[in-house]
Amino acid sequence: MNYANHVQYRYLPLTVKGTSLSLIRYSDACKLQRPLPLAFLSAVRQRAHGASRNSLFRVNMAASMASQAVARGLRGANARHLFFDKLKCPQVSSRRWLNLQEYQSKMLMQESGVTVQRFYVADNAPDALQAAKRLNAKEIVLKAQILAGGRGKGTFDSGLKGGVHLTKDPSVVGELANQMLGYSLTTKQTPKEGVKVKTVMVAEALDITRETYFAILMDRACNGPVMVGSPQGGMDIEEVAEKTPELIFKEVIDIFEGVQDDQALRMAANLGFKGPLERQAADQIKRLYDLFLKVDATQVEVNPFGETPEGQVVCFDAKINFDDNAEFRQRTIFAMDDMSESDPAESQAAKWDLKYIGLDGNIACFVNGAGLAMATCDIIDLHGGKPANFLDLGGGVKEKQVYEAFKLLTADPKVEAILVNIFGGIVNCAIIANGITKACRELELKVPLVVRLEGTNVLEAKRILSESGLSILAANDLDDAAKKAVAAIAKK
Amino acid sequence: MSHSRLFARLLLQQNGVRNCYTASRKNLYIDKDTKVICQGFTGKQGTFHSQQAIDYGSRLVGGVSPGKGGRTHLGVPVFNSVKEAREGTGADASVIYVPPPFAGAAIIEAIDAGMPLVVCITEGIPQQDMVRVKHKLLRQSVTRLIGPNCPGVINPGECKIGIMPGHIHKKGRIGIVSRSGTLTYEAVHQTTQVGLGQSLCIGIGGDPFNGTNFIDCLEVFLQDPKTEGIILIGEIGGNAEENAADFLKEHNSGANAKPVVSFIAGLTAPPGRRMGHAGAIIAGGKGGAKEKIAALQQAGVVVSMSPAQLGSTMFKEFEKRKML
Repeated sequence: MNYANHVQYRYLPLTVKGTSLSLIRYSDACKLQRPLPLAFLSAVRQRAHGASRNSLFRVNMAASMASQAVARGLRGANARHLFFDKLKCPQVSSRRWLNLQEYQSKMLMQESGVTVQRFYVADNAPDALQAAKRLNAKEIVLKAQILAGGRGKGTFDSGLKGGVHLTKDPSVVGELANQMLGYSLTTKQTPKEGVKVKTVMVAEALDITRETYFAILMDRACNGPVMVGSPQGGMDIEEVAEKTPELIFKEVIDIFEGVQDDQALRMAANLGFKGPLERQAADQIKRLYDLFLKVDATQVEVNPFGETPEGQVVCFDAKINFDDNAEFRQRTIFAMDDMSESDPAESQAAKWDLKYIGLDGNIACFVNGAGLAMATCDIIDLHGGKPANFLDLGGGVKEKQVYEAFKLLTADPKVEAILVNIFGGIVNCAIIANGITKACRELELKVPLVVRLEGTNVLEAKRILSESGLSILAANDLDDAAKKAVAAIAKK
Repeated sequence: MSHSRLFARLLLQQNGVRNCYTASRKNLYIDKDTKVICQGFTGKQGTFHSQQAIDYGSRLVGGVSPGKGGRTHLGVPVFNSVKEAREGTGADASVIYVPPPFAGAAIIEAIDAGMPLVVCITEGIPQQDMVRVKHKLLRQSVTRLIGPNCPGVINPGECKIGIMPGHIHKKGRIGIVSRSGTLTYEAVHQTTQVGLGQSLCIGIGGDPFNGTNFIDCLEVFLQDPKTEGIILIGEIGGNAEENAADFLKEHNSGANAKPVVSFIAGLTAPPGRRMGHAGAIIAGGKGGAKEKIAALQQAGVVVSMSPAQLGSTMFKEFEKRKML
């Protein structure tokens, strides 16, 4: 599976400057306060001095680690204060729910004329070697393609250390690919057994002289698309927002007018691009916005949006979040969705149109309506229990879905009780009751089942449950249901 | 960019600031005289819910199904377009049961026809489509949109536009506004049980880009003499609840403040995950339930930690104020 045919040459081969120390320079206009990630980068640079062969590797490693630090920072943000709202800054999200590999995101970007490092994708070592040769680059970066982060520091069960490698020699690419493909890569973000690497990206390594941050997202407060950027790229954007909020720039985009020339140029200037680079960056910005609209993205985040010594503006890494609601018109993209690293229960639920999210607890939930489903998890917690999942059956609950949902919940070994909370409006409670009793009998339910039904035909439903012969605990309201579920576990 | 356009843009960006669209808030208050048409009339959902509406007593006067104009369905005329339907029936409101790929266009058609109230039930409209709808919506003052991805609006005993079960409602004194459908039913059920009943219930829906927010409804409730108490049901994602809290601080404080009871769903939701609703996501550290609860409490709202105590909490507030 070689995607070389899909990759077009859009840029001249770049010469990589030797082992120059000052590979990353920040413009003097940047008021740097050097929070931790940045200090780390500087330290890495200084260590790289004199280590000619590996200097670029370390710098690129540091760059990718820094951008991963951004992702980590955003992911861990729940416990931290975010200062975005001080500037009325749009909220940036770190987690994608449509899983695209790095090369797939970069392919999408290339198709929109966005400048990324030239690359090929290979699923076997000879192809990787070929790709390395075809690149005809001064230096090559080989990256294992898995969804989880932390690749740089991961280890393969082949013994190879590191999921990202830099080399000037194509044959080394072939050798390394041999130790990556088909083997499991374990990183801090993968499960213990690691993730099997099926594809590798063979890309041209480029120097970065300057890193900026750029994102486009749909923002509720502005009723539409917004561009957010900072000349302080490659680091934790939250810290930038906190320490130097004047370095976060925002442009509201009119959905019908698109990005105006003056807006793109202003953002490029604010990001610190000067001279011919300003126009280049503005052009890249417009193309990123075109991509944003074309793929129905809710967010496109480029970090770093960088500058090379040869005067190119390059998107070194990007995260794209897609609007699930647009799946019907984005079939190609959604077909790329790689569920192999997802929670198998969540993949199974998606098959049956069930909105399911696994949580840590032992009381399974079965609810109609997202708000009520969240509230059910909340109330279990309020009464001292721990929800095992969020499950929204949606509006038109059918008997087949009831069955499949029960199957999913009962298959979870963590589950010690099940709480059913259905408020039937259009949904006839008697149908739900029938579905539940049938599922319980066929699946031989072994855990306590607490059922709270309300709404249309509730009396008939209650009768069905009480006459089923199954040990079902009936509850009157949500408080009662949660208390009973928690108590049922405590009894055991 | 010209100064006036810049100013208009600035104005539109500010929540709570009056713009031309806020003038349409009054259209939220439906009553027994409201004439309703249904878009997507002859489809499965449209047919089912229209029959329910007729059974409840809503004045359903016609429907729209392109290509099927001239027929009769459920005893009322079918039209080819919203414009024709409005001209033919004098309808004030439209309810949309059109599938996601076409729902955005259906809303725009209703705006173009000058329909005073549009209620869009559809879940799953792409966000980009709704951004375009909202762009149009905010620059006019005739049409008020509720939703999408919402259960609708009901004035118990007078008019029901949407999918909520009519029989749990009771004419009464509490205004209810909510982002969640089934959680609204909980609040309705409880307020009916404690005898307070509801004056008007508006489901604003779970999407990030929608036509009506909490503030729109709160203003209507505060100005309505029949609404003596307000229940606000929020959830994680965005900052609609925080904005509502600011609004209440300014407009509902002092001796004549109406009691407001609230529940915010999603205290236990993990960050970064979309919890069912497109708009229910804690992103970048913002949109969490704790902050919303705190903001509302600071505005004098009584926040219930249990969704099962909304009715009883409101009852207690009425008792405290000797309103029973």
